[in-house]
Amino acid sequence: MKILVCVTSVPDTTTKIAFTDNNTKLNKAGVTFITGPYDDYALARAVELKEKTGATITVLNVGEADTEPVIRKCLAIGADDAIRVNAEPTDAYFVAEQIAAIAKANSYDLILMGRESIDYNGGQVHGIVAEMLGIPSISPVMLLDIDGDTAKITREIEGGKESLEAKLPLVLGCQEPIAEWKIPNMRGIMTARTKPLNVVEPTGTDKLTTVASYELPAPRGAVKMIPADAAETLIQLLHTEAKVI
Amino acid sequence: MSVLIFAELDEGKIKKSSQEAIFYGSKVAEMTGTSATTIIVGPADDTELASAGKFGATKVLHATDAKLSEPNGMAYATVVAAAAQQEGSNVIVLAKSSLADAMTARLAGKLKAGLAANVIDLPNISNGFQVKSSIYTGKAFAFNDLKADVKILAIKKNTITPEEKDAKASVEAFTPTLNDADFAISVKSTEKSSGDILLPEADFVVSAGRGLKGPENWGIVEDLAKALHAATACSKPVSDLDWRPHSEHVGQTGLKISPNLYIACGISGAIQHLAGVNSSKVIVVINKDADAPFFKSADYGIVGDVFDVLPRLTKAVQAL
Repeated sequence: MKILVCVTSVPDTTTKIAFTDNNTKLNKAGVTFITGPYDDYALARAVELKEKTGATITVLNVGEADTEPVIRKCLAIGADDAIRVNAEPTDAYFVAEQIAAIAKANSYDLILMGRESIDYNGGQVHGIVAEMLGIPSISPVMLLDIDGDTAKITREIEGGKESLEAKLPLVLGCQEPIAEWKIPNMRGIMTARTKPLNVVEPTGTDKLTTVASYELPAPRGAVKMIPADAAETLIQLLHTEAKVI
Repeated sequence: MSVLIFAELDEGKIKKSSQEAIFYGSKVAEMTGTSATTIIVGPADDTELASAGKFGATKVLHATDAKLSEPNGMAYATVVAAAAQQEGSNVIVLAKSSLADAMTARLAGKLKAGLAANVIDLPNISNGFQVKSSIYTGKAFAFNDLKADVKILAIKKNTITPEEKDAKASVEAFTPTLNDADFAISVKSTEKSSGDILLPEADFVVSAGRGLKGPENWGIVEDLAKALHAATACSKPVSDLDWRPHSEHVGQTGLKISPNLYIACGISGAIQHLAGVNSSKVIVVINKDADAPFFKSADYGIVGDVFDVLPRLTKAVQAL
């Protein structure tokens, strides 16, 4: 079985977002970049399937050269090789085209990625890739087992969950608790240095969507504290002052 | 520039978030000098379908094929793409949801569309087509230029307040050609809580964290939620500990919600939790730790023991 795991390189979840260049670029100063948390779940489940079935894992990132530490970490966790498409990943359709082009050339049985990136939060790339490849897509996937050429899946729906089956090949957007995140060990870190990381140039159409500028939310006003022994006052304030209830 | 709005049903009724999407779509239609058509899939009676007119739609296309009775993102995308083709629509509007997420992407792939998710304001069409969306899990906004001929806008809940008018939409049957490939995924079973208020749709949310000390104490959270007609939610540690189901987890790696009122009980307010709830209109924080960082992001705060405060709030709501 051949598994493609697509990963994003995103600011650490604790990052306070700020912009530079007249609000047209993320201020990367002092920001730590990590593998997208949802992508980490996808990779962890791929590594478990590799241990169980002898699958091979290729990790794919659409990003510029500064994402390579994140890709190397994925190799250290258990991916066999990596591909970086040398482009800034700002448009879901454009990113999907890059992934689909590589998938068409290599015939993967499973294409796994996070349910969404935590920067643009679009949650769209997996579905567009699957549509381009003419295969099913399922998201957000909480449990995944492979039985021959059939995937058994549990996905989250509003207010519950749903059990599904589908034949491979498939594109899946993953989330917890599909697997426990993996931490690279020393042996993994050493071997990652020698694993292939191929850089290819982007193909396809121009970006269909671009970001003209960014903005930060207006800060909230000062908190109004209510003494605990007059807690009931809160309900009156929500009713008469905030007018939400 | 015709506008097509996909409206989602919940037990035969147009979801509130879809009413917002219809109103949003009708405003875009007004701005572009065209009309708003709504596509609805699945069983619903004509009165409910015609009620799309209250929110600005002039026509409803209704697809009722038995194969479409269960939500299916792939098949629904085929239906909406066919409706867009019939209507000559180059702007498609829908409310962000679990079903919409699955559908929007397939639709964008089919139509080679530019799309913006988590849209929070009407477009600016004075020079091109620009929409504002929420990014970085609510920590920032982007102004997106949509350059493709077809544009898809997935609207974040609670970002536009529909004005209702006394009008009915005309209703037409719509019979698209369905693809066998759209039914390649078979649903084996579904577990869904019934009767509860769906968290992503809720106007009020009462949420709790480790400060509740254990799942056996959730009764006081549920009591307040019931009195307020609110949904219940939880922080990530609570769902990680299996005190509550993952579908209630709000935060950076859980649901992102934007209710009118979010009451956080015994949650300290890590930046990852805040990211999922900071679009709430009013935030109330109840925590016995006066230094809990969440108070800095709250509109109202109570430093106190949730086991004492929550039952008193429930009684006060019941007395309203």
